[in-house]
Amino acid sequence: MVDLSQYLPILLFLGVAIAISSIFVFLPMGVARLTGAHKPTAAKLAEYECGFPAFEDSRSQFDVRFYLVAILFIIFDLEAAFLFPWAVSLEEIGIAGWATMMVFLFELIIGFIYAWKVGALEWE
Amino acid sequence: MTEFFQTHLGAGFGWFVANLILILLIALPLMLAVAMIIYADRKIWAAIALRKGPNVVGPFGLLQSFADGLKVFLQETIIPSASNRGLFLMAPIITFTVALLAWAVIPFGPGMVLADINVGLLYVLAISSLGVYGVVISGWASNSKYPFFSAMRAAAQMISYEVSIGFILISVILWAGTSNLGGIIDAQRGTILGIFNANALNPLLFPIAVLFFISSLAETARAPFDLTEAESELVAGYQTEYSSMAFALFWLGEYANVILMCALNALLFWGGWLPPVDWAPLYYVPGIIWFFLKIGICFFMFSWVKATVPRYRYDQLMRLGWKIFLPISLFWVFLVSGYLMITRYGALS
Repeated sequence: MVDLSQYLPILLFLGVAIAISSIFVFLPMGVARLTGAHKPTAAKLAEYECGFPAFEDSRSQFDVRFYLVAILFIIFDLEAAFLFPWAVSLEEIGIAGWATMMVFLFELIIGFIYAWKVGALEWE
Repeated sequence: MTEFFQTHLGAGFGWFVANLILILLIALPLMLAVAMIIYADRKIWAAIALRKGPNVVGPFGLLQSFADGLKVFLQETIIPSASNRGLFLMAPIITFTVALLAWAVIPFGPGMVLADINVGLLYVLAISSLGVYGVVISGWASNSKYPFFSAMRAAAQMISYEVSIGFILISVILWAGTSNLGGIIDAQRGTILGIFNANALNPLLFPIAVLFFISSLAETARAPFDLTEAESELVAGYQTEYSSMAFALFWLGEYANVILMCALNALLFWGGWLPPVDWAPLYYVPGIIWFFLKIGICFFMFSWVKATVPRYRYDQLMRLGWKIFLPISLFWVFLVSGYLMITRYGALS
């Protein structure tokens, strides 16, 4: 049985970390208002585009290869997540467990070779 | 310490106070370390380029980072009118929170760890994956072209190298037989001929130690993989629209991640808080000193690389990640597990 009380300090750490970073973001905003540094103008609040007004919405089309990378990442990261419990318990599961995982990895490598061959990994 | 507070303040509240103090003992020195490591980075970089580096504020310029910090603290926070305000302010908070949070499971010495969970390495991998959210949200919420393109690049780069980092971690876990970070360090004691305490000196694990070092450069977007903030094409990357402390938080988070990656290099491959040689007198030096020394050496190599190596092109970066590192690290999972099955777990006998 997992002893969840081990994770309580992490939860507390999460609270402290969020508090510290929120203070870092919001306190200077208050300080700038007090010191008079806070003077927004229309030009200052415009988005940066090399000195002229933006002539196009920035949320335009982007390269589909980024999407492909994200999909490949999901496959391989999920695989790594499967490997973690397997790696810890290799001694108990023995040769049968090892062989099963190798079959699984082999199937995945076939998929990887396919992705390579159709050019999903090409960036030129 | 927990017992002391629990006897004086009651079980629940005493636990809370004791852990709060421990957390602040990690978080505050970490922020100080980030300030000093930025200074060290600039000094090393300057020395390699035969410049002096920061030398005006304080003795040898030691207070430079604090002067910079004060300056950005007093600046105006500019929130562009086209941005999504909530998300825009959330992004630096996420980045810095995540950068701090991974330190909860890092052991600084024997038993010196805040949360001694048995899936420590999985936790570190999970938390460092969350760092992508800060980057993507900042690029999206800025609603400006350069941050958007930079966030795309950064996200793709980080997740690409996370894949090979995942497999490298698997190999280390296989070798140690546990994913608890303290356990991984203990498994390195006398691992080479009973003399050296370092996985990296193991011929089987040395190649992935090199792979891990390069992957950690890419994962933290350090030179030569700092394409996300290639000034000549992307201005300041996904931080372009940020100002004041929100901008500084990205820097702090970035350098906290760099130190974390150095710590992981030290923990997984260089024996963590163990002395480099398994020799009794060396154990009189506290483990935390060895650990910080190893982090320092690793960071020096990070700076060295930054000062000497030219930047990669994006297609080269993705090719290195997917076509070289991924197959090698995957093959090494097979190699290490197969070797262990034969030698340690007696598959053939």
